Amino acid sequence: MRRSVLVLAGLGVALLIALLLAVTSGAVEIPWRMLPAIVSGRSEDAAPLLRQVFLEIRLPRVLFSAVVGAALAVTGVAMQALFRNPLAEPGLVGISSGGALGAVSAIVLTAGGFFVIATAAFAGSLLATFLAYLLGRRYPGVAGLLLAGIAVNAIAGSAIGLFTYAADDRQLRDLTFWSMGSLAGGTWEIVGWLGPWTLLWVTWLCRQWKALNALLLGEREAAHLGYALKPLRRRLMVVIALVVGPLVAVTGGIGFVGLVVPHLVRMALGAHHRYCLLASAVGGALLLVLADFLARVVVIPAELPIGLVTSLVGGPFFLWLLLTARGTRV
Amino acid sequence: MSLDRRMSSPSASAAPSAGLCCRQLSVVRGRKQVLNDVSIELNPGEMLGILGANGAGKSTLLSTLAGELDIDPMLHPRCPVSVNGQDITQVSVAQLARVRAVLPQKPELVFDLAVEEVVSMGLYPFPDLSRNTCDDLLDAAVSQADIHHLWERRYLELSGGEQQRVQFARTLAQLLAATRVSPQGCYLLLDEPSSSLDPAHQHSLLRAARQAASEAGAGVLLVLHDVNLAALYCDRLALLAQGSILACGSPSTVLQPVLLREVYGTDAHVQAHPVHAGVPLVVFL
Repeated sequence: MRRSVLVLAGLGVALLIALLLAVTSGAVEIPWRMLPAIVSGRSEDAAPLLRQVFLEIRLPRVLFSAVVGAALAVTGVAMQALFRNPLAEPGLVGISSGGALGAVSAIVLTAGGFFVIATAAFAGSLLATFLAYLLGRRYPGVAGLLLAGIAVNAIAGSAIGLFTYAADDRQLRDLTFWSMGSLAGGTWEIVGWLGPWTLLWVTWLCRQWKALNALLLGEREAAHLGYALKPLRRRLMVVIALVVGPLVAVTGGIGFVGLVVPHLVRMALGAHHRYCLLASAVGGALLLVLADFLARVVVIPAELPIGLVTSLVGGPFFLWLLLTARGTRV
Repeated sequence: MSLDRRMSSPSASAAPSAGLCCRQLSVVRGRKQVLNDVSIELNPGEMLGILGANGAGKSTLLSTLAGELDIDPMLHPRCPVSVNGQDITQVSVAQLARVRAVLPQKPELVFDLAVEEVVSMGLYPFPDLSRNTCDDLLDAAVSQADIHHLWERRYLELSGGEQQRVQFARTLAQLLAATRVSPQGCYLLLDEPSSSLDPAHQHSLLRAARQAASEAGAGVLLVLHDVNLAALYCDRLALLAQGSILACGSPSTVLQPVLLREVYGTDAHVQAHPVHAGVPLVVFL
């Protein structure tokens, strides 16, 4: 318990530092000592350009990264408890592939544009999750949901392939970039809508720690402890889809956060969800803020797709973890 | 059979009795009739052992009494299982968790939790209890399950038998909290709780279960394979064979070579227990 509080505090401090680092660096460097002047608006000496970059571009994008990271990590924890498998993530039930199919069909079939693509991606992810849930309900336990998710993912994958085949050069390029993810969509408008919405549901998920703990014991055991499984499963699925769907729609594919962060947190603190959920939220925010920082500074003035960074860094890191820490802990 | 069958009367018109009971329960799974016309009653304060060969339907009976198995409406127009006089389907999952605790056969926990965290889960159904009460209940459960020395450990680092005792402590904590909240009509259902325990811990677990029945007034139902352990601790034994109850009554009336042969398909010799008076001792030949 004291260890958990310490780790949480440490993660919080690290997140603050990462946020400061991320808002000050990029194609336009903002010196640290000018931050107070810029924020307070008393900046006769601060160039208006710096102020504009900071307030209009940097700050909403960094905040958006933190929100997306926290949401991906917390929904990852919830999925892992729901499926009682440390390798589960929201993509398992078709949220990501459904979103990708929506985005791809919008790119190929319409004139495109951010809002058309995002709306189609959101609809696609909700539809895929709903379909997986509906089909999976016919089988007892969570196995049906898993099987239905695999089927939905496969179908979405092949449809994506068809659209890709039919796409022209420009569409192919859009498509590729969408699938590699980007946080450039993080404007004040998006943050204003999705920030509170996401934080609301992430808070709700964090408050379900008892139910998620009970699920870890086993499905029968959870029922014996008073958690009606079907309603619980349905509620969790709906909330996860409502959180991840809009985010995937805006950011495209960002992998590994929902897998690596919960795994690291469980290695440090154990699986007790009272702390695991909170620490994953902070850790996910930290990881994505840093990843977006890297994506922006590595190849200035261009930037790397964020999904590329998370999987480039996350993949080998995860492998290293698995190879070195061969403990019994999951 | 000229046995003293102390089963609940199977007449459907009887007033709903207290206790946890099922009347003329049948369960069909696929083409197999797992349970056939089973009536049994678990009363508060008593300890009832279920004996039977593999596949006799013991765990199915326990699951049904636990309220976790869907009851076939084709076979049962009226719900055959009742708890404290109420149809079990009418009691919510959350409410049920406040009157009965269940220890399933195989624990499936594969995530890394502390022993303390696992045992504390037994109190999840009781958010209304004060912190002090919770601590007292956990203390009692921990000492009765004899896991004091495991309290600081991680669950996954324990041996199979130790994990079983930790799970038992969790169940016991839930039961003790239930008897605290509603002193009448609480139940403890244990499915082969001693399967991977050493002899000393088998006895200490059965003693703890016995204590739950005699002191806390709970009805305790155990599925057991060790006939002698069952005979020593249980008030009544029910013999289950091919989904039907062959006999139900006190250990000395039920444990007879003819019946044991029918249940297990092997010869058995029954004699008086050398130490405990009035308790039969079964030796399978």
